[in-house]
Amino acid sequence: MIENNFSNIKAGYRRRKYRWMMVTLFLGVLTLALCISLLLMGNTIYPISVVIRVLMGEQIQGASFAIGTLRLPRMLAGLLVGIAFGMAGSTFQTILRNPLASPDIIGVTVGSSVGAMVCILLLKMSGTTVSVVAVISGLIVAALIYMLSKVGKFSGGKLILIGIGIQAMLKAVISFLLLRAPQHDVPAAYRWLSGSLNGIQMVSIPKLFFVVIFFGLIIILLGRHLRILELGEQSAITLGVRTDLVRLLLILSSVVLIAYATAITGPISFVAFLAGPIASKLVGMGAPSEFPAGLVGAILVLGADLIGQFAFSTRFPVGVITGILGAPYLIILLIRTNRTGGAV
Amino acid sequence: MKLSKKLLLIIISFFSLALCVLASLAFGARFVSFNEVLNTLIHSRMTTINEIVVHERIPRTVFGIIAGGAFGVSGALMQSITRNPIADPSILGVNTGATLFVVGGIAFLGINSPEEYIFLALIGAAITAVFVYGIGSMGPGGATPIKLALAGAAISAALSSLVSAIIMPREQVMNAVRFWQVGSISGATWEGIVTVLPFLIIGLLLGLIVTPALDALAMGDDIATGLGVRVGTVRLIGAMSGVLLCGAITALAGPIGFVGLMVPHTMRLICGPNLRWIVPMSALGGAILLTLSDVLGRLIGSPGELEVGIVTAFIGAPILIMIAIRAKGRTL
Repeated sequence: MIENNFSNIKAGYRRRKYRWMMVTLFLGVLTLALCISLLLMGNTIYPISVVIRVLMGEQIQGASFAIGTLRLPRMLAGLLVGIAFGMAGSTFQTILRNPLASPDIIGVTVGSSVGAMVCILLLKMSGTTVSVVAVISGLIVAALIYMLSKVGKFSGGKLILIGIGIQAMLKAVISFLLLRAPQHDVPAAYRWLSGSLNGIQMVSIPKLFFVVIFFGLIIILLGRHLRILELGEQSAITLGVRTDLVRLLLILSSVVLIAYATAITGPISFVAFLAGPIASKLVGMGAPSEFPAGLVGAILVLGADLIGQFAFSTRFPVGVITGILGAPYLIILLIRTNRTGGAV
Repeated sequence: MKLSKKLLLIIISFFSLALCVLASLAFGARFVSFNEVLNTLIHSRMTTINEIVVHERIPRTVFGIIAGGAFGVSGALMQSITRNPIADPSILGVNTGATLFVVGGIAFLGINSPEEYIFLALIGAAITAVFVYGIGSMGPGGATPIKLALAGAAISAALSSLVSAIIMPREQVMNAVRFWQVGSISGATWEGIVTVLPFLIIGLLLGLIVTPALDALAMGDDIATGLGVRVGTVRLIGAMSGVLLCGAITALAGPIGFVGLMVPHTMRLICGPNLRWIVPMSALGGAILLTLSDVLGRLIGSPGELEVGIVTAFIGAPILIMIAIRAKGRTL
């Protein structure tokens, strides 16, 4: 009897592992397909052989500029930023045990936006400085929200409410900056604020790549502990997880990912929020969903960019598309979590 | 609370309001001494520059009083209807809803008159408020603060993407909206005030009519029904009044958050739970707060000015955070 149960558990474990691998593989292939089509498509549609030759470093009249200078950095930025938003969002949601508690809804993203806006509009800075300031201001805001919610008895609900309060102040700052900005800066600022892959240059890609890989790896490696944390604080401590340390590292890595990505493309709405729930639905309960969530995030960003560039007569920034596509899902999710009483 | 104490409170409030009004007429890019302000008001002369400056500041001061009062009453009503300490136009997403409708109207219907602005803003505000409250009150426990806040934040985010999608290809609309997205009373004119006044009067009357019934509602739906209150109707009228008041002001001034959150809270602390006192006192308190914030904005932002919506966000958000901190665990 016990023998039988044990083999059942083992079979279940194997089944879940198989499913996880298949889902991840599928998501990976889809991401790759989107990456390739973003390189192929544009004002001129190049055959795949030309794309490969350009990527190998060959100089081809016209194609080298269109693909190498315009499309490749745009695609890479979309991919990396999508992964960053997806993984960070999913980690936040798991730690706070609330599908609605993603960094873009509780105000962390707005924190880095404010930092970046001050740099861009007021101080006329660009490049790495902006990223660093965005990361620092994101971290400060996250720490502030966390510390304030620790006053008295900590609860996830309290943290979210405080986050929304701080967000209201930060949004006032953003409106103020927009109002004071010279008129010719306003369209660019708006585009940045709604999240856009326009005008990204190759020089900013390597650093983004390094940040995403490094902090993404931390999150994936700590994922095992995160699964145990989901069982509840006490069980996790009993099972030997250093809960405070794990939580701190995970939040820190997520905030850096979010803030750095935000500095590059602006806050692409709903990607951090959507990726987690979609990924965990796909891989099933109990399976690690951080990496799949990163892939889902990349798919969302790349897919939305494809739609934003080619589906309408006007080109829309990617964030507008994700915002509109994400809205109905968000409302459904809100209704569902409220019905089951899961929001608190 | 004893009658003498209430009288004292009323006297102090009116006195503070008078001081705020005086300050609002005196401070700004050009300082006019209080003596001169009083003289100008009494003799209503328009000869010296200072006198003209004071006259120019009258509409915005009047509108500040009206707007603050409307927000105060609106907040008091909404908080009592939803039995929720943080029900405020800014939390309920009313501002974003109004923005979306106005932006849509400018872009697709080519509207440009204040009446049309106000009408669309009101519709947008009402739909959004109902929608957010509907979603936030689903499930066990009804509209808890946290559910309401999340629903408001989430739906605001969704609506702002729609706003971006509309304004992104249209640069003129973008510029018009940029100035409307920060609440400010500096552009108030007599014509604007006259346009919103009917909406405000209807809203205020409706609010005053249902206030006694809302008091009964505070004891719980069952007891209120037992006392002969039509719970559904009272809620509906109260909500209509609340949305009319804050929607009309938002249409004219843009989003000014947190006045409706802070003032009723303070008044409840001072005058106790009786709505018959909280509602009128919130009107007074709101007027004081908004005029004061406007003056502060002019002082801080001098020689220019800081929009009043930004000032109230900075005063009000900490109050929201305080409410969140003081709430005990599950009551959120």
